[in-house]
Amino acid sequence: MSTENKLARKKRMNQKIAFGIFTAISYSIVALLFVILAFIVIKGIGVISWEFITAMPSNGMTEGGIFPAIVGTLCLVFASMIFAFPVGVFAAIYMNEYVKDGWIKKIIKQMTNNLAGVPSIVFGLFGMSLFVNKLGFGDSILAGGLTLGLLVLPVVIRTTEESLKAVDSTFRQASLGLGASKWQTTSKVVLPIAFPNIITGLILSIGRVSGETAPILFTVAAYFLPKLPSSIFDQAMALPYHLYVIATSGTNIEKSRAMAYGTALILIIIVLISNLLANALRKYFGKKVKMN
Amino acid sequence: MLSGAATSITVVLIVFFLFIEGAGVFSRKPIDDGFMLAVNATNSVKTLHPPQIKDIFDQKITNWKEVGGEDRPIVLFRTSDITEYYTEEELGPNFEYFPEKLNELIQKQPGIIAFFSDKYKSKNFSGKELDIDKISVYQFLSGEEWFPTAQPIAQMGVKPLIYGTLWVSFGAILLALPIGLAAAIYLSEIAKKRTRSLLKPLIELLAGIPSVVYGFFGLVVIVPLIQSTFNLPVGETALAGSVVLAIMALPTIITISEDAMRNTPRAMKEASLALGASKWQTIYKVVMPYSASGITAGAILGIGRAIGETMAVLMVTGNAAVIPHTFLAPVRTIPATIAAELGEAPNGGLHYEALFALGCILFLITFGINMLVELVTNSKSHKKH
Repeated sequence: MSTENKLARKKRMNQKIAFGIFTAISYSIVALLFVILAFIVIKGIGVISWEFITAMPSNGMTEGGIFPAIVGTLCLVFASMIFAFPVGVFAAIYMNEYVKDGWIKKIIKQMTNNLAGVPSIVFGLFGMSLFVNKLGFGDSILAGGLTLGLLVLPVVIRTTEESLKAVDSTFRQASLGLGASKWQTTSKVVLPIAFPNIITGLILSIGRVSGETAPILFTVAAYFLPKLPSSIFDQAMALPYHLYVIATSGTNIEKSRAMAYGTALILIIIVLISNLLANALRKYFGKKVKMN
Repeated sequence: MLSGAATSITVVLIVFFLFIEGAGVFSRKPIDDGFMLAVNATNSVKTLHPPQIKDIFDQKITNWKEVGGEDRPIVLFRTSDITEYYTEEELGPNFEYFPEKLNELIQKQPGIIAFFSDKYKSKNFSGKELDIDKISVYQFLSGEEWFPTAQPIAQMGVKPLIYGTLWVSFGAILLALPIGLAAAIYLSEIAKKRTRSLLKPLIELLAGIPSVVYGFFGLVVIVPLIQSTFNLPVGETALAGSVVLAIMALPTIITISEDAMRNTPRAMKEASLALGASKWQTIYKVVMPYSASGITAGAILGIGRAIGETMAVLMVTGNAAVIPHTFLAPVRTIPATIAAELGEAPNGGLHYEALFALGCILFLITFGINMLVELVTNSKSHKKH
């Protein structure tokens, strides 16, 4: 056997081993995801019932349901999105359609990146200092919603920008060529085409907001409230904070374990649904646009 | 126009409020409002550092000459010690003679150091109030003890917290980087298109799971596992934090390095293959070096995520504010400290300001990391030209 053959065989062996390892690792990561999901689903599925979703917590949060936490999270999602969505979309339109390449665009881009990199607990500190103390909102849905809104702002801007970029420039040129103004072009041509992708971004940000804990610790979240919030100046319970509380510092950690699994499962379901929905939308509209 | 500047304004506001509140800790005495330290009028010591005061009250320093005074043993006095010197009758039914007696005691005892509320300071007070040094930035960063609510003097040394944060984060990257790289190579170079389009959303789903759920999973699965594997008294350790953070950092590392690898020009890969290199040789001799800066950016961003992560770490690391020497000991990170303590710190107080100062450190670290990533990715585009 010649040395060349030996080398070739060694080469092939090396590749086989390396590829085998990489494949195995990739599938283990996916397996890990399934282990996490399966663990929480199996432990939590027995807890979830109509009562769990619609009843108040009782007996020191070891029994009953998580209704106020669900309502609180919905309020927070709504409050943060009503702020972040318009601001983010307009920011992206401004960035993508109006500003010319140059230092202004560079700075805005850099600042958006920086904001995205700020740790969530720092948002919590900031929200507490500005909204809760300085502006006097107190621990409230308003303060928490604004804090969360600022947190997802970069996400909204980025996804909107990407959807705007994906709109072919011939559409813009055709519209402008027909005598439409820049704003008419943006609002009548670009936005409708980009709309499905923008909504996809919105859904993903909702998933993100509903799971954040650190920013709401000191701006809105209540350990336990016997009633639902009635205005935006009220405190509220929230799902992620509720999970943290009953997992680590509830009155009886062992007894509230079941409730914790149930809450974790609800959180996972929200994230799963928003991800699946976003993916489905992306695929559906992706095909539709291509067919046109 | 205004909305375009929204993120910039927010960043500026965050910096402003964080640093205004955080700076307070360096401009005030680290003693609770309304309390004071006093010594005998003949004592030549005028000012003391916070660590010296702590050592005095811990009885590690027992003579005034150790802090630059006369050769006199130190006599400690806290408010509750008053009954050792005077009977309740002498103090009066409602302690109305307390200030006078305290004054008398400080006069009588040349070596005394007394810690008391200034409402007990008598009108004819003849002792000497001690000046306490403010905490300097250097002391804040290099101090090795974090007892922000300690009496009589708060200890604000963030070294154990910084070490804790770095240990947990770098541990996480050591675990996540090789695994993440392997997966990125598989996804970008080996997997078929169909497999890739199936696996990628699943891996991205990992990024969508809320951190508090990871923390909960870590608490009920990983912590007990570590405890039984290493036979430890508690499973809440730096290692538990690193493992949980590694899982959380994986999607970031995989996505960014995969993007970088897929950007390798086809011509380069084909040239390598045409020269007789195997696919694997092409990957590690051509694709990896070409995408090195992208991979670095992914790793740095992963570290940034890990450093700032709060809830998951808070739930699994045990939160002991000591400088770690092993991965199998409990640690406490900066974000976890803020999350755990801010709720109990009175608004605008010393502790509150110290936690904001921690927030400043955290912000500066992550800001620096973002800039570093920018630098790394820019140097790459520079090379291309």
